[in-house]
Amino acid sequence: MYTNEKMLESIKKVEANRAANTVMEPARMTAEEKENVLATYHPDYKQSEFVTLQIGPNKGEKVPTELAAILQANSRINPADIDLSKVDYDVDVLVIGGGGAGSSAAIEAHEAGANVMIVTKLRIGDANTMMAEGGIQAADKPNDSPAIHYVDAFGGGHFAAKPELLYRLVNEAPEAIQWLNNLGVEFDKMPDGTMVTTHGGGTSRKRMHAAKDYSGAEIMRTLRDEVLNRGIPVVDFTAAIELILDENGRAAGAVLMNMETKELLIARAKTVIIATGGAGRMHYQGFPTSNHYGATADGLVLGYRAGAKLLYADTLQYHPTGAAYPQQIFGALVTEKVRSLGAKLVNVNGEVFMHPLETRDVCASSVIRECARGNGVETDQGLAVWLDTPMIEIKNGEGTIEKRIPAMMRMFGKYGIDIRKEPILIYPTLHYQNGGLDISADGMTTNVENLFVAGEAVGGIHGRNRLMGNSLLDIIVFGRSAGKNAAAKAKNVEIGALSLAHVDNFAREMAEAGIETDVVSPKLLPNYTNQKPI
Amino acid sequence: MESMVTIYLFGKKYEVPENLTIMCAMEYCGYQLVRGCGCRNGFCGACATIYRIKGDRELKACLACQTKVQNDMYIATLPFFPLVKAVYDVEKIPTTEQVMMQLYPEIYACIGCNACTKACTQELNVMQYIAYAQRGEFEKCAEESFDCVMCGVCSSRCPAGISHPQVAMLARRITGKYLAPKTEHLEDRVREIKNGTFEELLSNLMQKPISEMKELYNNREIEK
Repeated sequence: MYTNEKMLESIKKVEANRAANTVMEPARMTAEEKENVLATYHPDYKQSEFVTLQIGPNKGEKVPTELAAILQANSRINPADIDLSKVDYDVDVLVIGGGGAGSSAAIEAHEAGANVMIVTKLRIGDANTMMAEGGIQAADKPNDSPAIHYVDAFGGGHFAAKPELLYRLVNEAPEAIQWLNNLGVEFDKMPDGTMVTTHGGGTSRKRMHAAKDYSGAEIMRTLRDEVLNRGIPVVDFTAAIELILDENGRAAGAVLMNMETKELLIARAKTVIIATGGAGRMHYQGFPTSNHYGATADGLVLGYRAGAKLLYADTLQYHPTGAAYPQQIFGALVTEKVRSLGAKLVNVNGEVFMHPLETRDVCASSVIRECARGNGVETDQGLAVWLDTPMIEIKNGEGTIEKRIPAMMRMFGKYGIDIRKEPILIYPTLHYQNGGLDISADGMTTNVENLFVAGEAVGGIHGRNRLMGNSLLDIIVFGRSAGKNAAAKAKNVEIGALSLAHVDNFAREMAEAGIETDVVSPKLLPNYTNQKPI
Repeated sequence: MESMVTIYLFGKKYEVPENLTIMCAMEYCGYQLVRGCGCRNGFCGACATIYRIKGDRELKACLACQTKVQNDMYIATLPFFPLVKAVYDVEKIPTTEQVMMQLYPEIYACIGCNACTKACTQELNVMQYIAYAQRGEFEKCAEESFDCVMCGVCSSRCPAGISHPQVAMLARRITGKYLAPKTEHLEDRVREIKNGTFEELLSNLMQKPISEMKELYNNREIEK
């Protein structure tokens, strides 16, 4: 419920302009205008928030200050205390992470006949996949093609994606949808079977497939059900805290820690898949986040310490529409689908200030700029602009919101805001880790053999910005691929003597570089106790 | 100055700001959560919680991340509930009510008490979707249960021992896989890709210099 007088006053202006704002078509920005707004207002361009890595495979490159602090940090273990001869789990394929990528990988590895297991620090399905609302892209309509999808994604990612990865993303997208559908995922369809598809920011064709605004949840719960049906072992509440290599420097397992009892366990594996997800809970630059509780960049830390290279670790995605009010849902995701369905961004004076479907980085920067120009609405947490949700029903008819974005209606409804009748306040929220571990087209890291990566922990699929709906897609395409390839690779692996020498070496490098820190990593969980709630 | 309210976490009394969700209130009191905390956004069902307001006889259920504290609230989290998950091969199951009789026969022991619906943290009509499942009306069951986050509170209140979220999960998979209409344009496109229809187009794009890609991108036609 809105009670603040300034907000109520501003809402009147939004309402007065609503009819005209609904039908207007705001201009798209030119390439120059986009570059300008990014350079001036996007958090990735704020040099003071980045530091140069002093050691490791990406020595000399800049990463966010908070990420550097956990990359160049102490291990949770002293290798001398670990008995690697006492193996608790011995498998072909070890999947670290129980989200969409990890589950897809496990299903395909199992399908290929491998002895596969999942370890996850929380429960299977506790992942950003579960929270993805808007949809999943695939060029499966007659007016679309994987080539058009490629151009959209390549341009949206500032021409920085690795072509061989993006090729796989777009060309295997329709099959990914088919695979999910065959597992029982319920996509929104017309009575004749045609997929209901919409635009996302930066798409040139309507190729966003959805399951209402529970797209990720619907995919995740189906994958989880399939993992359980197949009897794939899922060791939950157990984090991987260091990779284990063999004497030849190839990935060969992980040191695991029970999150509750702190007991350490050893998993030996012929191939390892890092599917640990994103980093929103690192709260880069103090931003709130739309991410899952466990999104703390663990996979990047594990990989980096074992010698794997990062790519684009300096680029994050700030989703333009995080909830800015009420306080209880500050930072929570307001799906881009709200804009796909016709809601526009409106400032304190009731004016539409941009096209609502620019790419996410441009859109977020433009919202930040609008607030900096004095056109924001004041909230207890800072500034915000309106997302005029009632436009959706004007444009598409009454009942559209309840049918297409029920989760959004419920989230705000709990706080007395009826998004069918009232606009909502939004501000950018930390949403996605564009960068991650560098892989080749087969999903294996470029410089640690038998170490595969899938999902948000990968860097380079999207470049320096990601389009809506390409992340749910990448976890499926690259998750499946990593599972298949890791299973195939495992057939010809003879594991050498297990070793944690890389952990000692990393500590030595830190000492030589003069890095002294109390930080231990991976971080595993954020610490919110006794602090200002986020 | 923030207004404070009194809450009881597992019976122990704390004073917390009234604006906090139950989850943030626990952290405010010093809990470092491991269990009972997931997406913090109402999608994952990790933070099922039961509570009672002092003086009120009714036991209520909610998601801790989605619910504000109230004065005199007695709170107990339910971070895990042992649901029964039947194992099946999705490629080989019947798509009629037979499948429920085989895998979840206990749903036919429903006594119609409606405790599940009253307990649902998502305000779903749980008993109704179980009725649909009993009759093999899986599309209706899927629709009615779609917003389920599988927190398990319904099952914790069920005298018949039904694992409602798992029943609904099965109904949704049957609906998505077998009952929903087939998508011809999807099958056509997958076939085209397998035939290599787009290989040349894509490999041309992959080799183009960035300047040409910029040109292509900035001038591409956008579907209205």
